[in-house]
Amino acid sequence: MTLLHLAGVTRTVQLIDAPALTILSGVDLEVTVGDRVSIVGRSGSGKTTLLNLLGLLDNPTSGTMLFDDRPVQSLSSGARDRLRGKEVGFIFQQFNLLQGRTALENVMTPLLYAEGRQFWQRARIATEMLERVGLGDRLSSLPDRLSGGEQQRVAIARSLVRGPRLILADEPTGALDLETGETVMDLIDEVANESGAALVTITHDPAIAARATRHFRLDLGVLEATAGVPA
Amino acid sequence: MKRFASNVVGAVTEAWQEVRIHKTRVMLSLIGVAVAVCAITTVVALGAVAQQATLEQSERSGGRPASLYMSASMNDGSTPAGMPEIWRTALDRYQIDYGSRVVNTSQIVQFVDGAVPVQTTGVDPPYATMHRIVLEKGAWFTPKDEARLAPAVVINSVFWDRLGRPDLRTHPTVSLVGEQSTTVVVTGVYPALSWETDPAMYMLADALTAVTPVVTDPNLQFGPPSYELWVPVDVSEQLVTALQRDVQGALGSAASVQVNRQDYAAYQEGDPYLSLKLTVGAIAGLVLLLGALGLVNIALVTLKQRIREIGIRRSFGATAGRVFFSVMMESVVATVVAGIVGVIAAVLIVKSPFVEDFISQGQVTDFPPFPVEAAVIGLVCATVVGALAGLVPALVAVRVKVIDAIRY
Repeated sequence: MTLLHLAGVTRTVQLIDAPALTILSGVDLEVTVGDRVSIVGRSGSGKTTLLNLLGLLDNPTSGTMLFDDRPVQSLSSGARDRLRGKEVGFIFQQFNLLQGRTALENVMTPLLYAEGRQFWQRARIATEMLERVGLGDRLSSLPDRLSGGEQQRVAIARSLVRGPRLILADEPTGALDLETGETVMDLIDEVANESGAALVTITHDPAIAARATRHFRLDLGVLEATAGVPA
Repeated sequence: MKRFASNVVGAVTEAWQEVRIHKTRVMLSLIGVAVAVCAITTVVALGAVAQQATLEQSERSGGRPASLYMSASMNDGSTPAGMPEIWRTALDRYQIDYGSRVVNTSQIVQFVDGAVPVQTTGVDPPYATMHRIVLEKGAWFTPKDEARLAPAVVINSVFWDRLGRPDLRTHPTVSLVGEQSTTVVVTGVYPALSWETDPAMYMLADALTAVTPVVTDPNLQFGPPSYELWVPVDVSEQLVTALQRDVQGALGSAASVQVNRQDYAAYQEGDPYLSLKLTVGAIAGLVLLLGALGLVNIALVTLKQRIREIGIRRSFGATAGRVFFSVMMESVVATVVAGIVGVIAAVLIVKSPFVEDFISQGQVTDFPPFPVEAAVIGLVCATVVGALAGLVPALVAVRVKVIDAIRY
């Protein structure tokens, strides 16, 4: 079942006193439920812009982009935000935990934008999620009291707490040592497998990219599939 | 509806979290608002006390709204013979509970250092209520005092000082010197106004008339008795007409009767304290504006530190509206808390005995309770300031580009 469908997607930025800058050009991508996709690219290749598009944070300039067969360009800003909150989970390189909030409060944050059972039972759901990533005993810990690996586990729990069908991981192990990075990726794979979510990983690291089943290289705004992990 | 409820609860939860986590910063930024709200509430409340003081002073001299004054004299200047009966009939007919004759005379009082003329006012027992007379010592006249052989007098504090401040439980007496000396008993002392330096006293009108025949010569200082009535404001005009008609009818064309309203409210249209309120309001508004500017300033500075957090929240599904509402709510929640603190401080200030004495200057007998409107104004101002101070940062917050903010 197709979750994300991009066909001929371009993204240009209008600069002042300069011709429009094309950041993404003719991007075709199809992500299905349970897919494992890696995208490798150098700095300035358009990875961030592609991440914005896939995460419904930005709209393509042209081309077609469907999420669950719905054209995202036609969604209102609020509807896109709600769809993102419900269906997309972000894992960031720098964890991006909210400082001053406990691990539990961090994981509860996405549930503040949910409704119904998820909203009203957010404390219980977030606790279960933290237990699932092995941090059931660190619920009240503040981010600065957690190790890098633990912080990334909290970030993973937070990104998955609403049960998204698409997980976008932006350099998920970039701030971790090799061993911790491996452990964290194992956890992401495990949780994604359990939930059946698609996982799109943007990375520099060939070892991380190798975990995916489909591989892409982004170069100067052009996305092309590669047979194996791009060199 | 479900979404609305969870959105509101969620936004308030976020706002409260923010206030809790950044409590030091929030407290510092809110000191100005709390002080401003305290100031505005205190000023409004003190304005109410000052207004009450002015009002009571006006009522002491001119009577409470609506006070009607009636005078009657024959065309030759003499006092109409049947006036006491006509007066009682009028009180009964219109069921007026508060009515008093007022007879102004001067009595020679024998003090230890000599005989001194003392302004003496003959009244009926309701007069004290009608003119807000509250005694410092002893008690005002009651109907039982009319049966006293030695008439009762209520003297001012200057008079009492001159007597040597005797204990009223010892029933101190004073001699009134005249063709026929009379001994009177001091039963009460009322506070003299700050500018009063001469002794003065009240007697019951009948007792005073018995002591001194009423002077009827219009050329003399003191004239015939006048009559005062305290009636409901809404019927005062009809009563003026009715009393004029009835008394004139009873006395006939040989008499001249005048009935009119003379309390302070009879001469003013609209709110007599409007200018005072506007002045006080303008000063308080200025204080609040300064507090609000401080709050906006700190909110904008701290927002820069929160751009990443806003980006993170947006990435997890916070809509622009939700971010706007949350940032605004944070400001409102904080200022409402500051407002409550400010109002509590204002209540403590205004109701402290020292401040009450200072503001009232001894002129207030019915201290108004802390005015609810002052507390409401304080809280509403705090909320409005919170909303306005939150508006600018909230607008900045919704313009944040999510990914840029996350990588900030």
